[in-house]
Amino acid sequence: MSSDPAPSFLLRAARVHEVFGAGATAFATILAARMDGAVLWVCESWQADALHPPGLAAMMDPARLLLANTNTQTDTLAVAEEALKDGAVPLVVIVITRALDLREGRRLQLAARAGNTTGLCIIPEGMGSNAAETRWHAAPVLDVNRSDSTLMRWEIIKNKSGTTGAWHVRWDSETRHLHMVPPTGDRSGFAGASG
Amino acid sequence: MHPVDGPFALTLRQDNSERLYCLNSHAEQAGLHCGMSLADARAFCTDIVCHPARPDLDARFLVALRRWAMRWCPWVGYDGTDGLVLDISGSAHLWGGEGALLANIRARLGTAGLEVRLGLGCTRGAAWARAHYGTQAEQPLDTLPVAALRLDDATCTALQRLGLRTIRELSDTARAPLARRFGPALMMRLDQALGHMPEPVTPALDPPHYGVRLTLPDPIGLVSDVMAATGRLLDALCAKLHAQGTGARALVLTLRRVDQGSQQVELRLAAAMRDAARILPLFERGVATIEAGFGIDQLRLEATLTEPLAAQQSGLGAASKAPDRLADLVTRIGTRIGLENVRRFLPADSHIPERSFLIAPAAHSAPATGWRSGQPRPLHLFAPESIAATGPTPPARFRWRRMHLHTARAIGPERIAPEWWFDDPNWRTGMRDYWCIHTRQGRRLWLFHTPQTPGWYVQGEFA
Repeated sequence: MSSDPAPSFLLRAARVHEVFGAGATAFATILAARMDGAVLWVCESWQADALHPPGLAAMMDPARLLLANTNTQTDTLAVAEEALKDGAVPLVVIVITRALDLREGRRLQLAARAGNTTGLCIIPEGMGSNAAETRWHAAPVLDVNRSDSTLMRWEIIKNKSGTTGAWHVRWDSETRHLHMVPPTGDRSGFAGASG
Repeated sequence: MHPVDGPFALTLRQDNSERLYCLNSHAEQAGLHCGMSLADARAFCTDIVCHPARPDLDARFLVALRRWAMRWCPWVGYDGTDGLVLDISGSAHLWGGEGALLANIRARLGTAGLEVRLGLGCTRGAAWARAHYGTQAEQPLDTLPVAALRLDDATCTALQRLGLRTIRELSDTARAPLARRFGPALMMRLDQALGHMPEPVTPALDPPHYGVRLTLPDPIGLVSDVMAATGRLLDALCAKLHAQGTGARALVLTLRRVDQGSQQVELRLAAAMRDAARILPLFERGVATIEAGFGIDQLRLEATLTEPLAAQQSGLGAASKAPDRLADLVTRIGTRIGLENVRRFLPADSHIPERSFLIAPAAHSAPATGWRSGQPRPLHLFAPESIAATGPTPPARFRWRRMHLHTARAIGPERIAPEWWFDDPNWRTGMRDYWCIHTRQGRRLWLFHTPQTPGWYVQGEFA
């Protein structure tokens, strides 16, 4: 087991990335926990109750989170572009409800580059934009060994400047650290050693 | 309300009964007086017209009248709830003497439809006495009744029982026995009226006005021109804010066009601010939406909401800049989606999951810590979704959101009882036993069972 995450987990800064799947929120939260400063979470207002801050507290301090609740996706994108361009927050999480066209995706990329800010779009499955730097599929996985586990499978399915791959990761809420775990099949050897 | 010719009175509810608050001369002639109950007044005068009094509006009118009264002299204060006191020392000659000044006041207020009682005196007490009890503005003070000395009713009655009816009779009496009998207040009022003791007029202070305007000789229409004009106004306004030690929270820019139409740009700020260079870019979005038409020739900028803002020492490292940048960003986002839609989570003291946090506007709250870390809590929380299952133990397999899920591990139960002091309709089903279910498909769900009204629900999802 490697306690130091692979370098490819550090999303390239000043770019917009995409994530989908059941573990997308956890992916975004873990990413936010690894940065310092405020994090802007842009979503439409009907989704506003989706996040539960006491659960968030296991990964990051909810006080660092700013929510922007918009009425339409157009507003969501405008707010995200503004925040990305401004650079006052290191990470902007954008919850997308319909597919972005190339122009919208490209504008977000340019804004992220101008403000040196990382953007992360949480997208519904199959609604990725061609402009995204990377696209991730995050899904929770059953951990047969640990009852308090947050084992997840993160798979990079699109990468503009690198290779694709899949990793099993687990968040340790006590040390606030991301652990890399070998996939279930290869783990018979050190089931006792993990933990 | 139309003016009425007959008896008319305003009534106010005092001590559980409707009483006359104010009445006109017709009503006075009919034998009515202030403080009389409305039922009695109706008995005396059957054709009286009544209307409820609005003391709050009266007070607002008095404020406006006080500002207007500064046309005669700069030193104007309030006298009770229904009077103004003007210190005309040094300004009477501008109106051609005291008599001419009084005539001017009476004429102008008469034109405005106001019936006034005026009194003029060398002291505030004397002026008050003549205004309230004199038959003419410069009646000798000696002949007025003792009530004109601003005494309470009990003292007036007692003085009349002693046979002291006018101010002359009172001032001719020996002071020491009177002071022993009535206390120092009576002598103080007498001395104030006669000028032996000073009594200054306190002018009411106008609240600072945070408005500036700019009139242009030629109309402008380009966004850059309007922004430049706004910049000038902002400089003047910020200097004003700085002098008062306040910062603006909301600004309104009114642009008047040549054809008399006017348009407004409203700006609400996430934090109190008085830095023109930072506020100006925030106006860009609003100004760009303005329809200039044939051109704009007047601009008016007003800070409609201000907050105290202490002066801050600058240049203590870059750390102090970060909250400013964030506040600017919140303001900029707020101009698009509304400032109250930029929010943050605050912890709340409740063990009910739905009430364990609050969502507050970021501009009006400070980040708070104190999140309790006890039992694990899900990352997502949604309204309970019913699933088909029976019995107190978690189901081995269930269907949720069109997915067939198999329970691999169940952790629990954690019992949460409703807060009986709130009647929450969502908790009418009674206490809940929460389980964390790890499914073989990967998802980790937060289920609860309600033993009092059997049923299983999914309420959250863990990371």
